[in-house]
Amino acid sequence: MLQELIGKRSNKVKNQVERGMVKKFAEAIGDPNPIFIDEDIGKQSVYGQNIAPPTFPRVFDYGELTGLELPKKGLIHGEQNYHYSRPLLIGETVYCYTELSDYYEKKGMLFVVMKGHGETLEEETIFTSEQIIIITETVRKGMKS
Amino acid sequence: MKQLNVLKNSDTLEKITLAPVSRIDLIKYADASGDFNPIHTIDEEAEKAGLPGIIAHGMWTMGNLSKLFTPYYEDGFIQDYKVRFRGMVFLNDVITLQATVEEINERRIDFKVVATNQDGKEVIKGNVLFAKYNDGC
Repeated sequence: MLQELIGKRSNKVKNQVERGMVKKFAEAIGDPNPIFIDEDIGKQSVYGQNIAPPTFPRVFDYGELTGLELPKKGLIHGEQNYHYSRPLLIGETVYCYTELSDYYEKKGMLFVVMKGHGETLEEETIFTSEQIIIITETVRKGMKS
Repeated sequence: MKQLNVLKNSDTLEKITLAPVSRIDLIKYADASGDFNPIHTIDEEAEKAGLPGIIAHGMWTMGNLSKLFTPYYEDGFIQDYKVRFRGMVFLNDVITLQATVEEINERRIDFKVVATNQDGKEVIKGNVLFAKYNDGC
């Protein structure tokens, strides 16, 4: 069912690393450090700007992957990876898309590997992410085949 | 800002123990992240999913874990952050965050990172590759 979707990508979506959202996110993970929030500290930092926490890309819109319909409930988040070429800067624009990179079966469960990409307008990669979603046998029975 | 250049193999960063997980923590994370899966905030939905109660977003714990490195962003940045979610985090769990140096050279420090609950069970396990900016470090 998912086999033919491997390698398919969503359309790129324009996202902004918004100051307010970064502040809210940093507070929600209990890390309201001035490097994320305080404008003066940001300017004086090696980045010349405030940065976003490494798990911030969770908030971005990666577009829709046509044809990919995962169950809305009962999914287990198995693994999560981020790879950065540099931290995300507040105020910058990031173009994001997602890709089904792999899909396999193990002990009756399905493992779905989704990749995320964040790029500049010039298509330079800022970060990539990988998420492994586990679909248990019970949830799987409710899926369309 | 703290300095990383004094670290050596097997050293640990200052560990952090979080306040007991509260519903408001998870509501705030849902709002900040846009992940409104109700098993993280609504008891009935968690029970319907066969859980004893609401569970924390794995990404909430992963987000918290990254703060061990926040004091060091003047010296470098997190180039790779990989975790495996190994156990569920429930309301009132007390989570401890730790990072241990596995390998170190002039360019990077590899850390093993772990979040454990009050019973010492690992809920998240993973690795951080911290890339250093080189100016006499």
